[in-house]
Amino acid sequence: MALDAGNRKTDFVVFDRVQKSYDGETLVVKDLNLDIAQGEFLTMLGPSGSGKTTCLMMLAGFETATHGDIRLDGKPINNIPPHKRGIGMVFQNYALFPHMTVQENLAFPLEVRKIGKDEREAKVRRALEMVQMQDFGVRRPAQLSGGQQQRIALARALVFEPELVLMDEPLGALDKQLRERMQFEITRLAHQIGITVVYVTHDQTEALTMSDRVAVFNDGKIQQLAEPDVLYEKPENSFVAQFIGENNTLTGTVQEINGTVATVRLDDGEIIDCTPVNVSRPGERTQVSIRPERVEYNRDRLSPDAHTIHAEVLEFIYMGDIFRTRLRVAGNEDFVIKTRNAPDQRRLQRGETIEIGWLPEDCRALDA
Amino acid sequence: MTDAAADAPIPKPDAGDRARPERQEPLVAADGRPLKKSLQRSLRRQKLRAFGLVAPLLLFVLVTFIAPIADMLFRSVENQIVSETLPNTTAALVGWDASGEDLPDDAAFAALSYDLAAAVEQRAHTRLGSRLNYETTGISSAFRRSGRGIDDVGEIYLDQFVALDPVWEDSGFWARMIGAEGWAHPAPFAPSAQAQGLLPETAAAYTAFARAMQIRNDDDPAAEEPWAPVYLALQRDLSAADAGDVSAWTGPGAEQLEAAHAAVGGFESVPVRDLIADVDDAWLEHDVWATIKTFSPPYTPGYFLTSVDLKLSPEGAIVAQDDYQRIHVLLFQRTLFMSLVIMGCTILLGYPIAYLISNMPMRTANLLLILVLLPFWTSLLVRTSAWKVLLQQQGVINDTLVWIGLVADDARLTMINNQFGTIVAMTHILLPFMILPLYSVMKTIPPSYVRAAKSLGATNWTAFWRVYFPQSVPGIGAGCILVFILSIGYYITPELVGGTTGTFISNRIAFHISSSLNWGLAAALGTILLVVVLVLYWLYDRIVGIDNVSLG
Ligand SMILES: Nc1ncnc2c1ncn2[C@@H]1O[C@H](COP(=O)(O)OP(=O)(O)OP(=O)(O)O)[C@@H](O)[C@H]1O
Ligand SMILES: [Mg+2]
Repeated sequence: MALDAGNRKTDFVVFDRVQKSYDGETLVVKDLNLDIAQGEFLTMLGPSGSGKTTCLMMLAGFETATHGDIRLDGKPINNIPPHKRGIGMVFQNYALFPHMTVQENLAFPLEVRKIGKDEREAKVRRALEMVQMQDFGVRRPAQLSGGQQQRIALARALVFEPELVLMDEPLGALDKQLRERMQFEITRLAHQIGITVVYVTHDQTEALTMSDRVAVFNDGKIQQLAEPDVLYEKPENSFVAQFIGENNTLTGTVQEINGTVATVRLDDGEIIDCTPVNVSRPGERTQVSIRPERVEYNRDRLSPDAHTIHAEVLEFIYMGDIFRTRLRVAGNEDFVIKTRNAPDQRRLQRGETIEIGWLPEDCRALDA
Repeated sequence: MTDAAADAPIPKPDAGDRARPERQEPLVAADGRPLKKSLQRSLRRQKLRAFGLVAPLLLFVLVTFIAPIADMLFRSVENQIVSETLPNTTAALVGWDASGEDLPDDAAFAALSYDLAAAVEQRAHTRLGSRLNYETTGISSAFRRSGRGIDDVGEIYLDQFVALDPVWEDSGFWARMIGAEGWAHPAPFAPSAQAQGLLPETAAAYTAFARAMQIRNDDDPAAEEPWAPVYLALQRDLSAADAGDVSAWTGPGAEQLEAAHAAVGGFESVPVRDLIADVDDAWLEHDVWATIKTFSPPYTPGYFLTSVDLKLSPEGAIVAQDDYQRIHVLLFQRTLFMSLVIMGCTILLGYPIAYLISNMPMRTANLLLILVLLPFWTSLLVRTSAWKVLLQQQGVINDTLVWIGLVADDARLTMINNQFGTIVAMTHILLPFMILPLYSVMKTIPPSYVRAAKSLGATNWTAFWRVYFPQSVPGIGAGCILVFILSIGYYITPELVGGTTGTFISNRIAFHISSSLNWGLAAALGTILLVVVLVLYWLYDRIVGIDNVSLG
């Protein structure tokens, strides 16, 4: 068993070549390989239907893998029934039992584990304190607000002290503000208790702010598994680049690759330098990805080795802290740049032609 | 930071001002009327329109649903037949004490002859006889037999009056003498005040005669000879009147009356009692008179008492019903018991089926639901008869058991025409009413609850019993209410397969409605059934809570 510097198991949860098909015709999960370290907060992020819930359900034991092994703490769990896996789970609709009070809901996992009354009550009390809901013990779930139900669901998943907690879009039903508060609380709790969390969401901000690592799913495959900053700044393929954050794409053909620099001829003839990511040979079609905030039009701020290109302003939106400008660049009319609202920043006019620039490092040549 | 704080309403700066009870001018609408009035007016118009829209439906419900129930409630206590058919007799019995030994006085016997003669003319005496026969067996034959001889009562006086003066045979003379001034045929006959004062019995007897003629054949009483009991009345009145009063009579018949009054003392006479006893000696029985007296009020608890195996004795006391008629309590008990058993069976069978269907993929579930509903497509009679074929002694099941050797050929099981047959057939018939509400409730229980329970460490059974089952209880409640209420009033199936031990109270009701024509008793039984259902419903609400019932 592999251990890292902090003596944590790095392969606490292992998906080993897991495949899943519901109907015997299509693979919903295709060849999933994933190691999750103990105490890690791992998020599965992906568009609807990409197989995230399915992976979670296989881990929880409600679906069986069609092929491959899932190991928990070194033991294969394919044949262990769900109630013996000892995995906490928070469901999207919370699944609080409507006919039980909050206390009874929390006591349920302890009762089925035959824990004595006193200990049970103490644990329930502690769990309620943990989510700051100690005054709500005698209420029914229906008498709680969405955010309160969320906390109870969280407390219930944690009260029996599992080592692994799964959460399937637990914040999906909350409004933006509450969501952000709960994101913070969940991460705080997870780190405080030191549990391993597998978190499913299709909200990328959530994924980026909460996780140690994010696995981006698409089409039943992990597109990229990395820390949030890496994911954002160094997307490995065009799906990840598009899916995470805002992104500008220019299409073109690779002319030559020279170490860390690839020369790309855009479709309108412009030639730019990029960082090659998954292009390998000249003549290949490519999508060049540039983040909006890495593009600059203020000549004073432009670094000398930036690549510059002409652009026409199509739209200028004042958003308070930033300006968002839509440009036509190399035939692409959806080229967006974001600039900080600083005292020396010039406000652009529609129809104006400006010169914009970016560094070759920020310009990544991805697959087409 | 807790949500309690976050959720607490933030006091608005002006909230305090608004809460302060400041006397304010009432708000007015644009046209100067008080705002409240304007609002009410505009709302009233809306309400009227809404009411207009639902009025036909309301009327329909009222006529088709409320009215029959009200009629049933009314019939179960209504008893006007006695006082309507025997108005003079019941009046004459008012002062008589039915609990004593004595027979009523002559006036009652005489009044009976007036009333019965009219009742016979209108063929009402047998109906009254059968009504009173529910209470005291044997009475109906007294009435039936009396029908033949009652209009001869008083013939002896008829002959003597006519011998005295043939005018007493003149029908027009009678009508002029007794009738009120200005009365003429099509108007209902009414006696004059003078006749009622001097000749009360004659006036009553003649009025009974005249009305019977008018109602029965639309005949003019002035063209018909009065029947003999009228002469009995005249004899009794004249014997009781004194000469001064008779001579004070003005108008038609003054001298004839005076002459008759002078002669009546010398008439050959027979005690009224004997005259009536000649018609039928049942009239000398105390019980017959006591029954008439006890049931003379227009409303009676008699039907309800019968429904619970009690009765009013002729003397008016509440006593136990005769042994051989004691059946209703047993039937009520049996109906309730068997309905409960049937309900239990439908839960036992229906729950797993509903569970199965609700956990199927949609397509299969729909198919299975159609199978559940399939029995509704065949006639109830066919389904019930099919059970006869299956369960009878020479039926499929017995044949199979004999063939396998489990049962000897001469010891075939009796599974039909008893309680077992009723329970089996009714469980089958009412099963859909349990499955459907159960299914629709189970369908709304998200699978995530059971999954959550399992992820929390519950075994399959614990997850089902502690989490799934409590949430399906509303469906069980709805199903139970449906099945129980349907089965408590079920009729056809127990009738066909129940034999004698498996019939329900509703079979008895049907019997009284269509065979014995004792609608009052049928109504009382029906009312009790209704009350039982309402009480059970109330109990259910107290114990389980009616909010806990859901049809999905
Ligand atoms: N029980 C099932 N039977 C058949 N197909 C299923 C079943 N559950 C999911 N699928 C299919 O598997 C695919 C992946 O589903 P999954 O629920 O894992 O997606 P997801 O990534 O969780 O999506 P979302 O973000 O919308 O929750 C989908 O195409 C879905 O239609
Ligand atoms: Mg999902």
